[in-house]
Amino acid sequence: MRLLRTLLFRLVSTAVTLVGVAVIVFVVIRIVPGNPIAMMLPPGATPEDIALLTAHYGLDKSIPEQFFIWAGGVLQGDFGTSITARQPVLTLVLGRLPATLELSIMALVIAVILGGAAALTGTRERGTKIEAGIDVTNGMALSIPDFLWGLILILLFGVAWPLFHISGRVTPSLDLPFTTDFYLFESVIRLRFDIWADIVSHMFLPALALAIPLAAIIGQLLKQSLKETMHFDYVTLARTKGYGETRVITREALPNAVLPTLTLVGVQFTFLIGGTVIIERLFSYQGLGNMAIDAVINRDLPLIQGIVILFAVIFTVVNLVVDLTYALLNPRLRHA
Amino acid sequence: MSFLSISNLSVRIAGTTTRLLRDVALSVSPGEVHGLVGESGAGKSMIGKAVLGILPRSVEIISGQIELDGTDLLTLPPAEHRRRIGQSCALIPQDPMTALNPSRRIGPQITDRLVDILGWNRAKARERAVELLHEVHIPDPDRILRSYPHELSGGMRQRILIASAFAAEPKLIIADEPTTALDVTVQKQILKLIKEMQERHNTALLFVTHDLGVVSKICQSLSVLYGGLVVEATDVHGFFRAPSHAYSRALLAATPKYTDPEASLTPVPDAVITEVNAQVDAVDREWRGG
Repeated sequence: MRLLRTLLFRLVSTAVTLVGVAVIVFVVIRIVPGNPIAMMLPPGATPEDIALLTAHYGLDKSIPEQFFIWAGGVLQGDFGTSITARQPVLTLVLGRLPATLELSIMALVIAVILGGAAALTGTRERGTKIEAGIDVTNGMALSIPDFLWGLILILLFGVAWPLFHISGRVTPSLDLPFTTDFYLFESVIRLRFDIWADIVSHMFLPALALAIPLAAIIGQLLKQSLKETMHFDYVTLARTKGYGETRVITREALPNAVLPTLTLVGVQFTFLIGGTVIIERLFSYQGLGNMAIDAVINRDLPLIQGIVILFAVIFTVVNLVVDLTYALLNPRLRHA
Repeated sequence: MSFLSISNLSVRIAGTTTRLLRDVALSVSPGEVHGLVGESGAGKSMIGKAVLGILPRSVEIISGQIELDGTDLLTLPPAEHRRRIGQSCALIPQDPMTALNPSRRIGPQITDRLVDILGWNRAKARERAVELLHEVHIPDPDRILRSYPHELSGGMRQRILIASAFAAEPKLIIADEPTTALDVTVQKQILKLIKEMQERHNTALLFVTHDLGVVSKICQSLSVLYGGLVVEATDVHGFFRAPSHAYSRALLAATPKYTDPEASLTPVPDAVITEVNAQVDAVDREWRGG
């Protein structure tokens, strides 16, 4: 009942957020310099040609008028047609979404594994040189942004020791027998581990570049939270029952320490998705972010709008999932 | 034959010469309740922590023996120390509100030691948990075992912690001011329950408290601590009839009389503090000299 009310409230607030995002993007991309018509016509086009094309795309109308035409279409599932690709925006965007989702989720998994390992080891070895070493590594990981990590990784594992692919999502010569665009997921389902290995080899470096700063945040926050939890009486009581340090940390402290970290990870994960824009460009990874940059360069207004709305939807969904997980993990909230 | 026998135990703040326990010696036999009495900071809880191996990292043991059933725990590797404690000792903690893990159900918190350390199967451990909850007079054990700590009252939680302490039939239980954090009305019941359980299981009990009234009700013998030094160790009858140390007498005189609520409280006189401080200093001088 309570959960239902929460969900309903979230849905309404999500709708309000999306409308806000739509208005802002719609207006901003129309008042900044540069327009798509100028990009499409060859030098020396006559004013008549320009006027004709402007009218064709409806750009001669006022901004509010354009907005309501566009919004009317969106409500019927029509996000307009990309000016450069001349295909429906929805088809283009949904075609790229799986690539970005797979990359982000892989980055999140790497970040949780690395950050979790750092936090658990640091807690176990608290007060020693090992903890100091982990703190220093964390600090370094955090102070270098994801796109610089991307460059460093390209230089290290693409150029100096070419262990991984550094460009694209999959080797183009491979014959892909897939029906969806979730290549990584589908290759596992179809047991095509040859293709899976190729995809992972392409995704690993960009995912790692995105993951490193997040891993550092998770490591630092979770370690702090674990160390505080280690002082609680129930942890001491577990020691007197005969449990060793590792068991005490993972079973008594971790479930209680993980909650404050979770909220922050949700927020940071949305930043990570934002980071895909540059990282995908860097690794020529065919995802939403790469498409967004192309769309901005070409002033492909309908496509920009579509991509931004989709990013906004992803952000709100991530936040919703985090809130639900939080309620699920915390017995005090679950029973309230 | 005593089950726990501590001798010559000294503990200091790591890296300093400040001793928190000064050559402590005491022993507890099966079925015996031994009280550890003293003011805050006298080192009463420190003794229990040293036995259980849960001293804070900032504190180190510098000398002494802690013999459990004839084996000196301090000569054992840490993992073996931990295993022996888990098998034969248990702690009843001070504050039931913080001593249960808020994210775990009650059942596993009572039975985890039986399954993980003593190798019982889960079904048998669960039966044992139900039996224990009956023993500590908790109705509807099935529901309680499935509950989370936040669903239960402080008194209820302390009963559960007592049940958990007795789960593995320990030979020694250390109760660290187990009633201090409770309501006065609940205190009495919990004290009665601990006594009842201890007698039924014939357990050796080390009872840490600052309340001499509690000592007179539950203990057979006691050690009075001041500044980490045992200033008097005796049986309870002798103590309450004629305490031999001046500090003990002052402590006894400072106990509020419930029969005369109007009477003003008697603090421990300065002269006694000076005397006992001098005694602590003398012990330290001897320790440094030797």
